[in-house]
Amino acid sequence: MPSNIESVISDLKSQFAAESSEFRGQTRVVVAADSLIPAMSRLRDEHGFDMLVDITCVDYLNYRDAVHRFGLVYLLADTQSGRRITVRVMVDEPDPKVASVVPLWKGADWLEREVWDMFGIRFEGHPDLRRILLPEDFAAHPLRKDYPLQGRGERHNFPVLTRDEGGS
Amino acid sequence: MAVEVPENVVVSRLDALANWCRKNSLWPMPFATACCGIELMATGASRHDMARFGAEVFRFSPRQCDLMIVAGRVVMKMLPVLQRIWQQMPEPKWCISMGACASTGGVFDTYAVVQGIDRFLPVDMYVPGCPPRPEQLIQSIIDLQDIIQQRGTIQGSIVARPGQLPAPRALMELPVLNQPQTRIGS
Repeated sequence: MPSNIESVISDLKSQFAAESSEFRGQTRVVVAADSLIPAMSRLRDEHGFDMLVDITCVDYLNYRDAVHRFGLVYLLADTQSGRRITVRVMVDEPDPKVASVVPLWKGADWLEREVWDMFGIRFEGHPDLRRILLPEDFAAHPLRKDYPLQGRGERHNFPVLTRDEGGS
Repeated sequence: MAVEVPENVVVSRLDALANWCRKNSLWPMPFATACCGIELMATGASRHDMARFGAEVFRFSPRQCDLMIVAGRVVMKMLPVLQRIWQQMPEPKWCISMGACASTGGVFDTYAVVQGIDRFLPVDMYVPGCPPRPEQLIQSIIDLQDIIQQRGTIQGSIVARPGQLPAPRALMELPVLNQPQTRIGS
Protein backbone atom coordinates (compact mmCIF):
# COMPACT_ATOMS: atom_id res chain seq x y z
CA MET A 1 0.00 0.00 0.00
CA PRO A 2 1.83 3.10 -1.15
CA SER A 3 1.91 5.84 1.43
CA ASN A 4 1.88 9.47 0.39
CA ILE A 5 5.16 11.30 0.17
CA GLU A 6 4.61 13.40 3.28
CA SER A 7 4.22 10.32 5.45
CA VAL A 8 7.37 8.86 3.87
CA ILE A 9 9.33 11.97 4.81
CA SER A 10 7.96 12.13 8.35
CA ASP A 11 8.73 8.45 8.80
CA LEU A 12 12.33 8.95 7.63
CA LYS A 13 12.67 12.00 9.86
CA SER A 14 11.47 10.15 12.93
CA GLN A 15 13.43 6.97 12.21
CA PHE A 16 16.74 8.28 10.87
CA ALA A 17 16.82 12.01 11.67
CA ALA A 18 16.73 12.75 7.96
CA GLU A 19 16.59 16.27 6.56
CA SER A 20 14.24 16.91 3.70
CA SER A 21 13.70 19.62 1.16
CA GLU A 22 11.67 20.11 -1.96
CA PHE A 23 12.61 21.75 -5.22
CA ARG A 24 10.17 22.05 -8.12
CA GLY A 25 8.17 19.09 -6.97
CA GLN A 26 11.18 16.87 -6.36
CA THR A 27 11.52 15.48 -2.87
CA ARG A 28 15.00 15.16 -1.48
CA VAL A 29 16.11 13.69 1.81
CA VAL A 30 19.59 13.65 3.35
CA VAL A 31 20.40 10.76 5.63
CA ALA A 32 23.53 9.98 7.62
CA ALA A 33 25.98 7.54 6.08
CA ASP A 34 25.58 4.90 8.79
CA SER A 35 21.79 4.85 8.45
CA LEU A 36 21.82 4.50 4.66
CA ILE A 37 21.05 0.79 4.51
CA PRO A 38 18.17 0.87 7.07
CA ALA A 39 16.72 3.93 5.37
CA MET A 40 16.95 2.40 1.90
CA SER A 41 15.51 -0.91 3.12
CA ARG A 42 12.62 0.93 4.68
CA LEU A 43 11.99 2.96 1.53
CA ARG A 44 12.02 -0.19 -0.57
CA ASP A 45 10.06 -2.54 1.68
CA GLU A 46 7.67 -0.27 3.58
CA HIS A 47 7.09 2.61 1.18
CA GLY A 48 7.19 0.88 -2.17
CA PHE A 49 10.21 2.53 -3.79
CA ASP A 50 11.15 -0.66 -5.57
CA MET A 51 13.39 0.71 -8.33
CA LEU A 52 16.88 2.15 -8.03
CA VAL A 53 17.11 4.54 -10.97
CA ASP A 54 20.65 5.79 -10.55
CA ILE A 55 23.52 6.35 -8.19
CA THR A 56 25.72 9.33 -8.82
CA CYS A 57 27.95 11.66 -6.89
CA VAL A 58 28.74 15.35 -6.54
CA ASP A 59 32.11 16.72 -5.49
CA TYR A 60 31.55 19.85 -3.37
CA LEU A 61 35.21 20.88 -3.29
CA ASN A 62 35.41 24.71 -3.28
CA TYR A 63 31.62 24.83 -3.34
CA ARG A 64 30.04 27.77 -1.60
CA ASP A 65 28.82 26.96 1.94
CA ALA A 66 29.65 23.29 1.50
CA VAL A 67 30.33 21.35 4.68
CA HIS A 68 31.07 17.93 3.25
CA ARG A 69 33.29 16.92 0.35
CA PHE A 70 31.13 14.40 -1.53
CA GLY A 71 27.39 14.01 -1.86
CA LEU A 72 26.20 10.61 -3.03
CA VAL A 73 22.85 10.77 -4.78
CA TYR A 74 20.47 7.83 -4.94
CA LEU A 75 17.44 8.22 -7.18
CA LEU A 76 14.56 5.93 -6.30
CA ALA A 77 11.25 5.36 -8.03
CA ASP A 78 8.02 3.61 -7.23
CA THR A 79 7.02 1.66 -10.32
CA GLN A 80 3.44 1.28 -9.11
CA SER A 81 2.54 4.92 -8.46
CA GLY A 82 5.33 6.73 -10.31
CA ARG A 83 6.53 8.59 -7.22
CA ARG A 84 10.19 9.47 -7.03
CA ILE A 85 12.52 10.38 -4.21
CA THR A 86 16.14 11.49 -4.04
CA VAL A 87 18.25 10.22 -1.17
CA ARG A 88 21.53 11.95 -0.48
CA VAL A 89 24.41 10.80 1.69
CA MET A 90 27.37 12.99 2.59
CA VAL A 91 30.82 11.42 2.84
CA ASP A 92 34.18 13.00 3.54
CA GLU A 93 37.87 12.56 3.02
CA PRO A 94 40.05 10.80 3.95
CA ASP A 95 38.83 7.40 2.80
CA PRO A 96 35.33 8.26 1.59
CA LYS A 97 33.22 5.13 1.94
CA VAL A 98 29.63 4.08 2.31
CA ALA A 99 27.77 0.80 2.55
CA SER A 100 26.87 -0.86 -0.72
CA VAL A 101 23.22 -1.19 -1.69
CA VAL A 102 23.86 -4.19 -3.96
CA PRO A 103 22.14 -6.49 -1.40
CA LEU A 104 19.00 -4.39 -1.84
CA TRP A 105 19.15 -3.73 -5.59
CA LYS A 106 21.22 -5.97 -7.84
CA GLY A 107 21.38 -3.17 -10.38
CA ALA A 108 23.49 -1.06 -8.05
CA ASP A 109 26.51 -3.17 -8.99
CA TRP A 110 27.67 -1.25 -12.05
CA LEU A 111 26.37 2.08 -10.77
CA GLU A 112 28.57 1.83 -7.69
CA ARG A 113 31.49 0.70 -9.81
CA GLU A 114 31.10 3.84 -11.91
CA VAL A 115 31.05 6.08 -8.83
CA TRP A 116 34.15 4.28 -7.55
CA ASP A 117 35.83 4.73 -10.92
CA MET A 118 35.08 8.42 -11.25
CA PHE A 119 35.09 9.64 -7.63
CA GLY A 120 37.00 7.01 -5.67
CA ILE A 121 34.29 6.34 -3.11
CA ARG A 122 34.51 2.84 -1.70
CA PHE A 123 31.32 0.85 -1.35
CA GLU A 124 31.77 -1.58 1.50
CA GLY A 125 30.23 -4.95 0.83
CA HIS A 126 30.26 -4.52 -2.95
CA PRO A 127 30.90 -7.92 -4.55
CA ASP A 128 33.34 -6.74 -7.23
CA LEU A 129 34.49 -3.16 -6.84
CA ARG A 130 36.64 -2.65 -9.94
CA ARG A 131 36.94 0.20 -12.41
CA ILE A 132 34.22 -0.04 -15.04
CA LEU A 133 35.01 2.65 -17.64
CA LEU A 134 38.66 3.67 -17.30
CA PRO A 135 41.60 1.34 -17.93
CA GLU A 136 42.46 -0.83 -14.96
CA ASP A 137 45.88 0.75 -14.46
CA PHE A 138 44.46 4.28 -14.33
CA ALA A 139 45.72 5.90 -11.17
CA ALA A 140 43.25 8.71 -10.41
CA HIS A 141 39.54 9.39 -10.09
CA PRO A 142 38.99 11.98 -12.80
CA LEU A 143 35.60 13.47 -11.88
CA ARG A 144 37.00 14.83 -8.63
CA LYS A 145 37.28 18.59 -8.78
CA ASP A 146 40.96 18.55 -7.88
CA TYR A 147 41.81 16.41 -10.92
CA PRO A 148 43.01 18.51 -13.87
CA LEU A 149 40.71 18.51 -16.89
CA GLN A 150 43.51 17.54 -19.27
CA GLY A 151 44.72 14.74 -17.03
CA ARG A 152 48.12 14.03 -15.61
CA GLY A 153 49.72 12.76 -18.81
CA GLU A 154 47.80 9.47 -18.94
CA ARG A 155 46.84 9.99 -22.57
CA HIS A 156 50.47 10.37 -23.65
CA ASN A 157 51.92 7.19 -22.17
CA PHE A 158 51.56 4.80 -25.09
CA PRO A 159 54.24 3.20 -27.25
CA VAL A 160 54.75 5.03 -30.54
CA LEU A 161 54.45 2.93 -33.69
CA THR A 162 56.54 3.97 -36.66
CA ARG A 163 56.86 2.89 -40.26
CA ASP A 164 59.96 0.89 -39.39
CA GLU A 165 58.00 -1.45 -37.17
CA GLY A 166 57.68 -4.82 -38.85
CA GLY A 167 60.79 -4.35 -40.93
CA SER A 168 59.23 -2.92 -44.07
CA MET B 1 71.05 -1.34 -79.56
CA ALA B 2 67.43 -0.84 -80.21
CA VAL B 3 65.05 -3.53 -78.98
CA GLU B 4 62.00 -4.18 -81.04
CA VAL B 5 58.92 -3.85 -78.82
CA PRO B 6 56.07 -5.90 -80.16
CA GLU B 7 52.66 -4.44 -80.62
CA ASN B 8 50.44 -4.35 -77.49
CA VAL B 9 53.45 -4.52 -75.18
CA VAL B 10 54.07 -1.70 -72.71
CA VAL B 11 57.34 -1.25 -70.90
CA SER B 12 57.32 0.15 -67.39
CA ARG B 13 59.17 0.01 -64.14
CA LEU B 14 58.10 -2.72 -61.76
CA ASP B 15 57.67 -0.19 -58.95
CA ALA B 16 55.36 1.89 -61.10
CA LEU B 17 53.29 -1.13 -62.08
CA ALA B 18 52.90 -2.24 -58.46
CA ASN B 19 52.04 1.26 -57.38
CA TRP B 20 49.48 1.58 -60.14
CA CYS B 21 47.81 -1.65 -59.05
CA ARG B 22 47.87 -0.73 -55.40
CA LYS B 23 46.63 2.81 -55.65
CA ASN B 24 43.57 1.82 -57.63
CA SER B 25 42.67 -1.00 -55.32
CA LEU B 26 42.72 0.39 -51.81
CA TRP B 27 40.87 -1.69 -49.26
CA PRO B 28 39.86 0.59 -46.41
CA MET B 29 39.60 -0.48 -42.82
CA PRO B 30 36.88 1.75 -41.35
CA PHE B 31 37.91 2.66 -37.82
CA ALA B 32 34.83 4.79 -37.30
CA THR B 33 34.22 5.92 -33.74
CA ALA B 34 32.10 9.06 -34.09
CA CYS B 35 30.22 11.32 -36.46
CA CYS B 36 33.06 11.20 -39.02
CA GLY B 37 32.08 7.56 -39.42
CA ILE B 38 28.71 8.68 -40.76
CA GLU B 39 30.42 10.75 -43.43
CA LEU B 40 32.68 7.80 -44.14
CA MET B 41 29.63 5.63 -44.72
CA ALA B 42 28.14 8.32 -46.95
CA THR B 43 31.38 8.38 -48.93
CA GLY B 44 31.15 4.66 -49.46
CA ALA B 45 27.47 4.75 -50.38
CA SER B 46 25.99 5.23 -53.80
CA ARG B 47 25.75 9.02 -53.99
CA HIS B 48 29.44 9.78 -53.49
CA ASP B 49 30.58 6.30 -54.48
CA MET B 50 34.17 5.62 -53.47
CA ALA B 51 34.12 2.80 -56.01
CA ARG B 52 34.93 5.42 -58.66
CA PHE B 53 38.40 5.56 -57.06
CA GLY B 54 38.82 1.88 -56.44
CA ALA B 55 38.43 2.09 -52.68
CA GLU B 56 34.97 0.75 -52.10
CA VAL B 57 35.76 -2.61 -50.53
CA PHE B 58 35.47 -1.88 -46.82
CA ARG B 59 36.69 -4.75 -44.74
CA PHE B 60 36.23 -5.07 -41.01
CA SER B 61 39.09 -7.51 -40.72
CA PRO B 62 42.39 -5.61 -40.60
CA ARG B 63 44.20 -8.52 -42.22
CA GLN B 64 42.32 -7.86 -45.46
CA CYS B 65 42.95 -4.11 -45.54
CA ASP B 66 45.69 -1.76 -46.61
CA LEU B 67 44.17 1.64 -45.81
CA MET B 68 43.09 2.51 -42.29
CA ILE B 69 40.66 5.43 -42.11
CA VAL B 70 40.47 6.64 -38.52
CA ALA B 71 37.19 8.53 -38.42
CA GLY B 72 36.41 10.08 -35.09
CA ARG B 73 37.94 10.72 -31.71
CA VAL B 74 40.10 8.02 -30.16
CA VAL B 75 40.05 7.67 -26.40
CA MET B 76 43.05 6.40 -24.48
CA LYS B 77 41.30 3.13 -23.71
CA MET B 78 40.79 2.58 -27.44
CA LEU B 79 44.29 3.51 -28.57
CA PRO B 80 45.91 0.11 -27.78
CA VAL B 81 43.16 -1.46 -29.88
CA LEU B 82 43.86 0.96 -32.71
CA GLN B 83 47.57 0.21 -32.57
CA ARG B 84 46.92 -3.50 -32.59
CA ILE B 85 44.66 -3.21 -35.61
CA TRP B 86 47.34 -1.18 -37.39
CA GLN B 87 49.93 -3.85 -36.63
CA GLN B 88 47.61 -6.56 -37.90
CA MET B 89 47.27 -4.92 -41.29
CA PRO B 90 49.66 -6.36 -43.88
CA GLU B 91 52.21 -4.20 -45.64
CA PRO B 92 52.04 -2.03 -47.61
CA LYS B 93 49.54 0.03 -45.66
CA TRP B 94 48.49 3.61 -45.31
CA CYS B 95 46.56 5.65 -42.80
CA ILE B 96 44.13 8.52 -43.23
CA SER B 97 43.34 10.60 -40.16
CA MET B 98 39.82 11.83 -40.87
CA GLY B 99 38.49 14.90 -39.11
CA ALA B 100 39.61 17.25 -36.39
CA CYS B 101 39.33 14.76 -33.54
CA ALA B 102 41.44 12.02 -35.04
CA SER B 103 44.04 14.55 -36.17
CA THR B 104 44.28 16.76 -33.09
CA GLY B 105 41.76 15.66 -30.48
CA GLY B 106 39.42 18.40 -31.67
CA VAL B 107 37.28 19.97 -28.99
CA PHE B 108 37.84 17.02 -26.68
CA ASP B 109 40.90 18.25 -24.80
CA THR B 110 40.20 16.06 -21.78
CA TYR B 111 42.10 13.46 -19.82
CA ALA B 112 40.56 10.61 -21.79
CA VAL B 113 40.98 11.65 -25.44
CA VAL B 114 44.17 11.15 -27.43
CA GLN B 115 45.29 14.47 -28.88
CA GLY B 116 45.94 13.28 -32.40
CA ILE B 117 46.58 9.70 -33.46
CA ASP B 118 49.79 10.76 -35.22
CA ARG B 119 51.45 10.88 -31.81
CA PHE B 120 51.30 7.09 -31.75
CA LEU B 121 50.78 5.95 -35.35
CA PRO B 122 52.20 6.87 -38.74
CA VAL B 123 49.64 8.97 -40.60
CA ASP B 124 49.87 9.64 -44.34
CA MET B 125 46.98 12.01 -44.87
CA TYR B 126 45.03 14.38 -42.67
CA VAL B 127 41.51 15.45 -43.55
CA PRO B 128 40.35 18.65 -41.85
CA GLY B 129 36.73 19.19 -40.99
CA CYS B 130 34.23 18.50 -38.27
CA PRO B 131 33.19 16.23 -39.82
CA PRO B 132 34.72 16.48 -43.31
CA ARG B 133 32.34 16.25 -46.23
CA PRO B 134 32.61 13.16 -48.41
CA GLU B 135 34.22 15.27 -51.13
CA GLN B 136 37.08 16.05 -48.78
CA LEU B 137 37.59 12.41 -47.96
CA ILE B 138 37.57 11.54 -51.65
CA GLN B 139 40.13 14.28 -52.25
CA SER B 140 42.34 12.77 -49.55
CA ILE B 141 42.11 9.39 -51.23
CA ILE B 142 43.06 10.95 -54.57
CA ASP B 143 46.04 12.64 -52.93
CA LEU B 144 47.00 9.38 -51.25
CA GLN B 145 46.84 7.66 -54.62
CA ASP B 146 49.31 10.20 -55.95
CA ILE B 147 51.62 9.59 -53.00
CA ILE B 148 51.46 5.84 -53.58
CA GLN B 149 52.17 6.25 -57.30
CA GLN B 150 55.08 8.60 -56.73
CA ARG B 151 56.72 7.16 -53.67
CA GLY B 152 55.79 3.50 -53.34
CA THR B 153 58.12 0.61 -54.09
CA ILE B 154 57.55 -3.00 -55.02
CA GLN B 155 58.67 -4.02 -51.51
CA GLY B 156 55.84 -1.97 -50.14
CA SER B 157 57.77 0.65 -48.26
CA ILE B 158 57.13 4.29 -48.84
CA VAL B 159 60.28 6.11 -49.89
CA ALA B 160 60.33 9.78 -49.12
CA ARG B 161 61.33 11.60 -52.26
CA PRO B 162 60.54 15.21 -51.56
CA GLY B 163 60.16 17.39 -54.58
CA GLN B 164 58.89 14.62 -56.80
CA LEU B 165 55.26 14.96 -55.86
CA PRO B 166 53.15 16.61 -58.50
CA ALA B 167 50.77 19.39 -57.65
CA PRO B 168 47.64 17.94 -56.08
CA ARG B 169 44.98 17.07 -58.55
CA ALA B 170 41.66 18.76 -58.02
CA LEU B 171 38.53 16.77 -57.59
CA MET B 172 36.91 18.66 -60.44
CA GLU B 173 39.25 17.12 -62.99
CA LEU B 174 37.81 13.72 -62.27
CA PRO B 175 34.44 12.37 -63.24
CA VAL B 176 31.90 13.84 -60.87
CA LEU B 177 28.44 12.70 -60.12
CA ASN B 178 25.61 13.94 -62.22
CA GLN B 179 24.18 16.23 -59.58
CA PRO B 180 20.49 16.98 -59.88
CA GLN B 181 19.92 20.61 -60.69
CA THR B 182 16.75 20.97 -58.66
CA ARG B 183 16.09 19.86 -55.16
CA ILE B 184 12.97 18.07 -54.14
CA GLY B 185 10.54 20.52 -52.64
CA SER B 186 12.26 23.69 -53.78
